[in-house]
Amino acid sequence: MRLRSLTAAGVVAAMLALTGCGGGSDDAGASGPVDLRMTIWSANAKHTALFDQIAAEYKKTHPDIGKITFESIPYENYTTALTTQIGGGNVPDLAWILESTAQDFVTSGALAPIDKDPDLLPSTTKTWEQDGQLFAYPFSTSPLGVFVNTDLVTAAGRPAPAQQVAAGNWTWDQAVATGAAVQKTGKGGIVVGDFDYKGWDTLNSIWAGWGARPWSEDGKTCGFDQPEMVAAMTAIHKMVFTDQAMPGPGVTKDFFAGDAAMVLTQISRAALLEKAKFKWDLVPLPKGPAGEYAVVGQAGIGVLKRGKHVDAAKDFLAFFSNQENSAKLAAFFPPPRKSQLTTEVLAKANPLLKPAQLQSVVIDGIERGDIKTSHVGYAELQQTVRAALDPLWKPDADVQAVLSGVCAKINPLLAK
Amino acid sequence: MTLLASKPAAAPARAPERAPYWTMRRRDELAGWLMVTPQLAGIVAFVIVPLGLVVWYSLHEWNVLAGTFDFVGGANYEQLTSDPRLGPALQATGLFSVGLVVLNLSLALFLAVLLNQKLRGTVVFRTLFFSPVVVTLVAWTIVWGFLLQDNGGVNGFLQQLGIDGPNWLRGESTAMISVIVVQLFKGVGLNMVLFLAALQGVPAELYEAARIDGASAWARFRRVTVPLISPTILLTSILTVVGSLQVFAQIAVLTQGGPGTSTTVLVYYLYQQAFQFHHFGYGATISLLLFVIVLALTVLQWRMRRRWVFHES
Repeated sequence: MRLRSLTAAGVVAAMLALTGCGGGSDDAGASGPVDLRMTIWSANAKHTALFDQIAAEYKKTHPDIGKITFESIPYENYTTALTTQIGGGNVPDLAWILESTAQDFVTSGALAPIDKDPDLLPSTTKTWEQDGQLFAYPFSTSPLGVFVNTDLVTAAGRPAPAQQVAAGNWTWDQAVATGAAVQKTGKGGIVVGDFDYKGWDTLNSIWAGWGARPWSEDGKTCGFDQPEMVAAMTAIHKMVFTDQAMPGPGVTKDFFAGDAAMVLTQISRAALLEKAKFKWDLVPLPKGPAGEYAVVGQAGIGVLKRGKHVDAAKDFLAFFSNQENSAKLAAFFPPPRKSQLTTEVLAKANPLLKPAQLQSVVIDGIERGDIKTSHVGYAELQQTVRAALDPLWKPDADVQAVLSGVCAKINPLLAK
Repeated sequence: MTLLASKPAAAPARAPERAPYWTMRRRDELAGWLMVTPQLAGIVAFVIVPLGLVVWYSLHEWNVLAGTFDFVGGANYEQLTSDPRLGPALQATGLFSVGLVVLNLSLALFLAVLLNQKLRGTVVFRTLFFSPVVVTLVAWTIVWGFLLQDNGGVNGFLQQLGIDGPNWLRGESTAMISVIVVQLFKGVGLNMVLFLAALQGVPAELYEAARIDGASAWARFRRVTVPLISPTILLTSILTVVGSLQVFAQIAVLTQGGPGTSTTVLVYYLYQQAFQFHHFGYGATISLLLFVIVLALTVLQWRMRRRWVFHES
């Protein structure tokens, strides 16, 4: 009997050890240096080198800080992986947050409020505020532009988009004509970055030109069945299946590998063109039926309220995003600071872009930009719209019926 | 007293000899416990405890972002009965499982019978069909993702034959077929090897006797081979059914549950609910439903074995 009790006790002890229920201490910050961890979705060596450099400078004046780690998580599953870490108790101190999930993070109370620098442009902080408090620093406010492979456009006998911008006739009709001409040569025409017939929200770079929105400003009313969206989606459908100006579903054309004429994406992707073997240009989004427009992609850095070192994380974030470091970060991430949105500052940081491109795409874009729509419960909305929108990507689709179907599916989610 | 006194002094009484505690039986018992303890600890830590936690989570609404964990009783189970997306998910799961199990077992048995012949080159083909089993699942699926694109390798090959192939991953029926076929080629080699091992255990004299009795090749297969390898058929069918119900990576990489919800199988749906939509409590409830389904099907197969499995040792 005693042997049995002893053995059972041994088994329980072993299990406790295995399951980590030993009641170990969790007071790493009580003594010794404080380690900070920030989750990011970039794995670009130049980005992380710059972050490490900023972290090293911070540590020089903060001997209480030990390691500062930038943990890269792939973009595709970034938010899922981040929330899983949070759910599992492995809460990072700081995290990059996508603008589309901003409301989920801000309204849930997951983030600690941070100080708001008066130099920040109000249009860039709007997404990250609640009750007058700022919950994330909008470190990257990157307008979307059109990167053009001028070699392919010229070879297809079309005028360069930059010329059309100068002539004032850079419209969607012209862009589609150029895309179609290039696709006839066997290359891709217009590619929407990260769309791949799944990431429907990236189509905002097109539908904003028609004045369309997926839902109303207050997030309560579906916008997919509104005339502007029907017109925009009809144009996109025609672009894919009738004009054949955009690679169809299931066809991959990589602009950065020289396989497509144009890509609509954030200007921060210019870094991918450093070793491009073709001539390229960057122009603003074409004029749509609703006139000239700009779309801005955003990312914020928030301090997780349930992280172990909230105050240290806030202090590091203030340093990471101060005037001096913001100017360094501007090499990759357009800054949200009024004082730094000048062609001089941006040109220093973005040698690949010409002053005219920086003015028309970056500065004008940020000032008048339409930031991607966010909503509470965004992931569920994203997936529900994706599934309901799939029937649109067939040649004989009834656009109006599909879009009404999207509204029928998401109305209960918008009403929550 | 006198009597006692006159009695010659007895030798001092020796305490009765105690049997040693560590008897052979106890030593064996301890050794047995020590041997099973790691396995038992593993089962408790990685099966029993998580299972208990899943039941516990299913009774809660857990918002990981807000850090709230509220008891909701049977609310998640009620949601299960009224969830309009659950029916299509179960249907997709059933379709995938039936398709995969039927194709996998038939093809594995067919290949095993073919490769059980004493012919030149069979070893090469055995290796060829088994090699996908050792390839990383995600890498395998990513490669197939490229091949199945509209302008991918599969349609390129079909074009050479004058066939205009469909857009495999964008059509509702072709997407499901694609996912099944990708998984079929990935896993058929394992079942093939198990069948091969079973086939090689069938005594040659039984075939010889059947041949003398005038049994055709088909009759020999049905009356001799199948009954003798039926324990292996049971094993492979249980493993394949359970595996098919747990398909995830192929769906996540190839279709993300689309087009529409045509390939949103139960595991992918529970992943969406728990990890993408942050409904961890409801996700836990769906995983319990999956557990019950897997358990029920396994028990059913186990019970049905009495009707068709012979020579169980």
